[in-house]
Amino acid sequence: MAFLNISSVYKRFGGYTALENVNLNVRQGEVIALIGHSGCGKSTLLSMIAGLSQPTQGEILLEGRPLKGPGPERGVVFQNYSLLPWLSVYQNVKVAVASVHRERTDGEKARITEKFLQIVGLWEHRHKKPGEISGGMKQRTALARALATNPKVLLLDEPFGALDALTRATLQDELLKVWDSTLEDGFLRAIWGSERKTILLVTHDIEEAIYLCDRIAVMSNGPAATIGKVVEVPLPRPRDRREMLESRAYVEIKEELLHLLTVVYARKAA
Amino acid sequence: MERLGRKSFSRGLVVPKPLLAGFNALIGFFILLLVWYVLSHTIAPKVPDPAKTLGIFWQLLIDPFYDNGPNDKGIGLQLWLSLERVFVGFGLGALIAVPLGIVIGASEGLRAMLNPVIQMLRPVSPLAWFPVGLAAFQASEQAAIFVIAICSLWPTLINTALGVGSIPQDYRNVARVYAFSPWTYLTRVVLPHSLLYVFTGFRLGMGIAWMVIVAAEMLAGGTGVGFFVWDSYNSGQLEYVMASILFIGLVGWALDALLGQLVRRFSHG
Repeated sequence: MAFLNISSVYKRFGGYTALENVNLNVRQGEVIALIGHSGCGKSTLLSMIAGLSQPTQGEILLEGRPLKGPGPERGVVFQNYSLLPWLSVYQNVKVAVASVHRERTDGEKARITEKFLQIVGLWEHRHKKPGEISGGMKQRTALARALATNPKVLLLDEPFGALDALTRATLQDELLKVWDSTLEDGFLRAIWGSERKTILLVTHDIEEAIYLCDRIAVMSNGPAATIGKVVEVPLPRPRDRREMLESRAYVEIKEELLHLLTVVYARKAA
Repeated sequence: MERLGRKSFSRGLVVPKPLLAGFNALIGFFILLLVWYVLSHTIAPKVPDPAKTLGIFWQLLIDPFYDNGPNDKGIGLQLWLSLERVFVGFGLGALIAVPLGIVIGASEGLRAMLNPVIQMLRPVSPLAWFPVGLAAFQASEQAAIFVIAICSLWPTLINTALGVGSIPQDYRNVARVYAFSPWTYLTRVVLPHSLLYVFTGFRLGMGIAWMVIVAAEMLAGGTGVGFFVWDSYNSGQLEYVMASILFIGLVGWALDALLGQLVRRFSHG
């Protein structure tokens, strides 16, 4: 039984079929990307996994149980960050921590919040409002919020799409660091357990997908989009960006993905 | 850049902005007085002219809080009594309007159900509500407050519902994903998002309340600026009526400016 199981999922909006017969098995602890042209329904699929919308047909199972609406075991980092603009960076994370870790003491909640703000490097900026910080910092806040709620699956919707190349690279590294459970802190380890987080991210950046992921699910073009080939990324971890970019394996995977996206699942002439 | 931009245009005399605004306002008032003067000396000779009115205005202004029994109180005292009623009536209205607005804003079904009712009751005149209040409470004081409450709550109700109904899907998704409790959702999402709308509603509602108070007190009698206006008219002292209008206008302006400040404060934060 797969950890996250998407079986024969359809999504229709009125007479328009956005997704048709989507099947995917996600393993516990892997990083997997959904890649495809914009408008192919990647985000629609992600929002169904998040439980924010329901499949018209088919089923999504997490650890064998069908999903019922959204829940904190599936942490979401939204495409536009979705921070509450009237709360500070600290409060944005804290309110989620307090809601999800209800049974913990106030001290523990504060400690969890602090820890994750430090991991994403925002502790110094914790009193600022979202309107006062850069896009990268907003994204870090959203990431800290999602991570601090200790999800089983982290769902990222084009998480670094709106950022400049440098910030993007830094945040990708930070994400991997957290995922790799390189957490020294015993308290956090106790909360998190020693299992790696499962990460599912939506992207249209091929390099990002290869650098971050174990597998890449390529989506065909809509309407009636579906998951075509799932490409394995057999690059060893930890990965070094420069080494990776020069490696043969990287070039081959990139060629294959490009071929899939531009030839096999090419955008139909409009 | 700055030096090139602004200052080069006004090379000579630089007039400070507030001074200019004050000067413009003076011109506006001067035009008002002129029109008033002309009208009161042509087509409406019974209406006191600005000179007479301002004389009384000044007389009322320098001794605002005297109290010589029920039929002879200073204008300040009357205005204060009116303001008290407005605050109580408006406050009661808000206590109903804000929670109800939140509930209506949160539920599309309820909105569809209650919107026609609101649209029907909203334009009803305070004069029509007054007998209803009298019948319900058997007392003119309570009836006046009832009229203020029921006439001033609509903008608050409608704006609150509008604010709550316009919470972006993104924020609602955050609340759903991170399992916010209803209380957290209310205090961390609904209220902060809607506050600006609520205060805009307050501002409009307060304007209505202040308009309604004069009518309500004319009917209720006894005290307040509305009673003062009516009493002055009945005793043939039209200069007092005209002077009262100036006072009513100025207090209404001040109330609006005060709430406007509040709205501005929340729109920045």
